[in-house]
Amino acid sequence: MAVVEEPLALPSGESPVARNPLGAFARPRDVSGLKGWLTTVDHKKIGIMYGAAAMFFLVIGGVAALLIRIQLAAPDQTVLSGDAYNRVYTMHGTVMVFLVVMPIGAAFANFLMPLQVGARDVAFPRINGFSFWVFFFGGLMLNTSWFIGGGADGGWFNYAPNNGIAFSPSTGIDFWNIGLLIAGIGSLTGSINLITTVLNMRAPGMTLMKMPVFVWMTLVTQFLLLFAIPVLTVAQILLTSDRIFGANFFNVTQGADPLLWQHLFWIFGHPEVYLMILPAFGIVSEIIPTFARKPIFGYPFMVFSGIAIGFMGWGVWAHHMFVSGIGPLSVTAFTVATMFIAVPTGVKILNWMATLWGGKLILNTAMLFSIGLVTQFTIGGLSGVSHALAPSDTQQTDTYYIVAHFHYVLFGGALFGFMGGFYFWWPKAFGYKLSEKLGKWNFWTMVVGFNLTFGPMHILGLQGMPRRMQTYAEAQGFGFWNFWATVGAFILAVGVILFLVNAFVSYLAYRRADRPDIGPDPWDGRTIEWSIQSPAPNHNFDVDPIVTSVDDFWHRKYQPDESGKIRKVHSGEELAQPGDPTGVHLPAPSYWPIILAAGLPITGYGIIFNLWLAIPGIILTVLALWGWALEPADDLDPGPAGTDDDHGGHGPGGDHEPELETV
Amino acid sequence: MTDVADPPAETEAHADDGHGAHEEAHGHGGHHASLGLSNMKLAMWLFLGSECLLFGALISTYLLSKARFVAELLAGNPRVLETLPVGLAEEFIEAGSVEPMWDIPFTSGSSFILLMSSLTMVLAHKAVTEGDYRNSRVWLAATALLGSTFIAGQVYEFTAFYREGLSYDGNLFGSAFYTLTGFHGAHVTGGIIMLLSLLVVSFRGKLRQDRAETVELVGLYWHFVDVVWVLIFTIVYLIP
Repeated sequence: MAVVEEPLALPSGESPVARNPLGAFARPRDVSGLKGWLTTVDHKKIGIMYGAAAMFFLVIGGVAALLIRIQLAAPDQTVLSGDAYNRVYTMHGTVMVFLVVMPIGAAFANFLMPLQVGARDVAFPRINGFSFWVFFFGGLMLNTSWFIGGGADGGWFNYAPNNGIAFSPSTGIDFWNIGLLIAGIGSLTGSINLITTVLNMRAPGMTLMKMPVFVWMTLVTQFLLLFAIPVLTVAQILLTSDRIFGANFFNVTQGADPLLWQHLFWIFGHPEVYLMILPAFGIVSEIIPTFARKPIFGYPFMVFSGIAIGFMGWGVWAHHMFVSGIGPLSVTAFTVATMFIAVPTGVKILNWMATLWGGKLILNTAMLFSIGLVTQFTIGGLSGVSHALAPSDTQQTDTYYIVAHFHYVLFGGALFGFMGGFYFWWPKAFGYKLSEKLGKWNFWTMVVGFNLTFGPMHILGLQGMPRRMQTYAEAQGFGFWNFWATVGAFILAVGVILFLVNAFVSYLAYRRADRPDIGPDPWDGRTIEWSIQSPAPNHNFDVDPIVTSVDDFWHRKYQPDESGKIRKVHSGEELAQPGDPTGVHLPAPSYWPIILAAGLPITGYGIIFNLWLAIPGIILTVLALWGWALEPADDLDPGPAGTDDDHGGHGPGGDHEPELETV
Repeated sequence: MTDVADPPAETEAHADDGHGAHEEAHGHGGHHASLGLSNMKLAMWLFLGSECLLFGALISTYLLSKARFVAELLAGNPRVLETLPVGLAEEFIEAGSVEPMWDIPFTSGSSFILLMSSLTMVLAHKAVTEGDYRNSRVWLAATALLGSTFIAGQVYEFTAFYREGLSYDGNLFGSAFYTLTGFHGAHVTGGIIMLLSLLVVSFRGKLRQDRAETVELVGLYWHFVDVVWVLIFTIVYLIP
């Protein structure tokens, strides 16, 4: 490595870029303020923005959920018309899946994974910014359909031919197609970015089998996204072609097979459910060992069961289609495959329990939410196994039993895990802990509300109440449990609000106390993200951490003494890196990610309403691509003064090249 | 824009810090490329992996749609029959397939041209690697030209088919055929734009040996698009 000892010639105020490519703007320098957030390429800020955007969409999806529960609280209600009800449950499902659960997973992957692998940022920081903005704009575009298209009304899986122009003439489904297609581009670029980061940018010594379980689960999740998203994209392109350009892919009068939609959607959709839950699995696999004061039980089994889920997730999609007439052989094969996939999931649950067993449990909020996941996901998993069996599934399909099942795995599982993750890593992101007192209230209201909402749905489903039914007659006898489910939904809403209140109140307390330093390692953590200051400094690590084992930071703190007894030899504070940015240069922020991302929804509106409108969108997209490609990718911020020890060539008029990017 | 002279020390430093300049995010280059593959190249392979699923889904859709179209035609579905000129429908029914649509010699010719462009792409990469910039421009231009010839052939073919009576919004076969081959054509067009961009960069003197990987990345994409065409040509045109 050519070490150039001369100081980097970047006196403050002088731009290192002597020219503006394309006559456009130089890279912005602000790292704080609104502009700093809009142009950031810092994975931590992008992660936080993913989380904040998901919370915003959670409020929208949550209001939709409450509307559904109000409508169903008593027989023969007319709060929502049948048409409005269709739109509300469709948008509820779509928003919660694509704009809440997936982005929270992305939030953790973005914020945490680079810290856990000891990297300074992700592999492609600008593409990371682009991934966020394109997801956010796609989500906003989808939600503008509330006002200008009426909302999609085909259900979140949007079966053909019901999704065709004949049965859904409003533009709601077009928004669903194009909004999600745009958000999907963000998922795809994000997955490429994160996989590259995990595979290529690990700290020295961190072999694959020394990665934290969360990083493993992120890797599996991103691979699922990488291969699942294009299938959904194709389905959406086919449907858009049908609806807008008059193609015939799902046109039954031309002999088309509407089952094609179901196959394409579920080939995407089943990996999708695993990519929603695996990040939460990874999160609790970090929290439980920390607060059980024990290493994770069976680390290799945790890893390989995650990989097994990733592979087998591709072979079970048709269990969503048992009643669609796919034939006895297919039904049998998918029944067997579906029962098999319960095995690696069961392995994980067993390992968490074995980790808890005999541990010195610290039952704080993060731990409670993790135990909540293990418990409630197990209930959801068991009801899942019950409809792996085709005969039993035939009874349960399209009833509230299914609704109960997937809320137990997605809300009681994924979202509870995410809540635990928020409590656990909040100090690393913001420098203060969330209040434990409010946290306990938060947890218990959510547990009570959640189980009261979705527990009764098992009974309703077995009584035969179909899902997506706008109302029911009193004589059907569904009134009692529906009423209690509605009560539960409001308790659950209070629980979610308590979390937002907690974030706010804890911040106020932190500010009143004059922002006390919480130290790098508030939980006595195990992995290397706790070896840097809280909140994590911009540059993450002062020097590359050297990793020698799983739970590397814990092993540096705790070592056996002469008698072989493990005791704490160092505190986290002693070992932590001081957060000194000398000699570190980070990539400068950039305008192009947000500009490029803004071009896509304009094009999307054009496709839906008027192709002329698409032209400025396309022009903006193309120009932004060019501006991006010609912006020197290695343009660094002026940064803190200091020497740059391995990039000697960045003096003024140095060898900045227009980097031609191909992705 | 004047070209910047590159002092040897800088070139060395640059060549050392890996290829993807994004890796600057890592101030200390010590542990890049745990896989021994640059970030950019790994990302390109991942992207191509994702593209496989995209084309896989499109090809499956085409096969299903074509089979259903032929079955409906043979069953005499009047709604399908009315989407085609009488002569073409009769030919399809007689052959029991969509084969009468194709002009195999013509499409074989354009396929050959596209495959040859992979060869010129390899030569372009080799020339840049060896610092033979004049020839690298020749081969890049040749690749773009061959790709454009293929696209011109596709435009001609689409026009001819449309005139013969196969419309996009008429029946399943038309929708599926134009969508699948059109998607491939769009990918080739994207590749041509990348090649032309490389050519511009090269004429500005910025496509030096140490940037050879950029050419390799475009090459990876280009070869992928060619391989997909081999599949599409076989599955759509050759297999009855």
